[in-house]
Amino acid sequence: MKGMSLIVRTIANISFPFILIYGFYIIAHGHLTPGGGFQGGAVVASGLVLMLIAYNAEWISQRIKESHLSIFESLGALSFVLLAFLGIIFGTAFFSNFLVGTESLFGGIPLDGAANINTGGIIPLMNFAVGLKVIAGLFAIVYVMAHFISKKEGKIA
Amino acid sequence: MNKRDLLAYSFLTVFAVFTIFSMLSMHSFGVPDENAMDQYIIDNTVEETGASNGVTAVVFDYRGFDTLGEATVLFTAVAGVILVFRRLKK
Amino acid sequence: MIANIPYIAAAALIIIGLYTIIFRKNLIKMLIGITIIESGVNLFLITLGYRKGGIAPIFTGAPAESTMMFPVPQALTLTSIVIGVAVLALMLSFIVHMYRHTKSLDVRKFGGDDQ
Repeated sequence: MKGMSLIVRTIANISFPFILIYGFYIIAHGHLTPGGGFQGGAVVASGLVLMLIAYNAEWISQRIKESHLSIFESLGALSFVLLAFLGIIFGTAFFSNFLVGTESLFGGIPLDGAANINTGGIIPLMNFAVGLKVIAGLFAIVYVMAHFISKKEGKIA
Repeated sequence: MNKRDLLAYSFLTVFAVFTIFSMLSMHSFGVPDENAMDQYIIDNTVEETGASNGVTAVVFDYRGFDTLGEATVLFTAVAGVILVFRRLKK
Repeated sequence: MIANIPYIAAAALIIIGLYTIIFRKNLIKMLIGITIIESGVNLFLITLGYRKGGIAPIFTGAPAESTMMFPVPQALTLTSIVIGVAVLALMLSFIVHMYRHTKSLDVRKFGGDDQ
């Protein structure tokens, strides 16, 4: 598996940072504009898959290890469940939004129907956790499949 | 056409007729019944959760258990894919 | 009758997917049928929550006193899409391994001893 031509690699190099910025923008503004953790995570994972297709699987595996992807995915899932359990301790029930209206980080009070980046309680934090989980999960699927194919081609050729 | 194909076609015909008939008897497009739960969420989402996006408020706040199950399914599927493609011998 | 065209479209997608699953013998084509059924179900869920003249349930920049669509079917559709992607990846990896073991994608090779 040799990767694609120079034109494709150059265009992928140029557009990769913009795809990453757009995906993280969707994750960070998930409680204000259309989007959220799942959608932004899918955008960022698509950018990473673009790099994997433009170069080859070995080029990616020198930079990102599969165990790191597993760690990131578990970290996202654990922080998601931990935030939900903090609702029992500080709030009323599982998944209760205990941060809203407390004037702390992400706890601003929305003024007459206008939320901003600082309101939302635990929703932005959960967006980040789920975004991390979706980035690592979706990219790990394509990563493992690409490694399987490249190993098989190496065996045949 | 053997017996199995005949059975399959008859099953598909019955299923199609039933599905299309039930779709024709739905409420007409664009005017759903009044729904107190959805109307409550639309009215109170900014004051209660501080999020402008109603869908995100539902996903992460009002119906967090659904999202927990969804995250579990995603985690299990990724673990299954990695397990299936694991290299047995280095 | 004419107002129910979106429901008919969802039903048509579901029926086409079921036809594909029943009458195609290739595993990849059966997988495509399953995803077509998923698309039909997602379209049906979205159609349930639509209100005429409504806007998406997002308050940023929304005009005051505007009718909004129901957010719960849209949130459940989001759940359904993510689960669909995960299950699709799992089924594809199983199909890859079945092909590696039998060098075939024909579903009749995997079945019992009739045919």
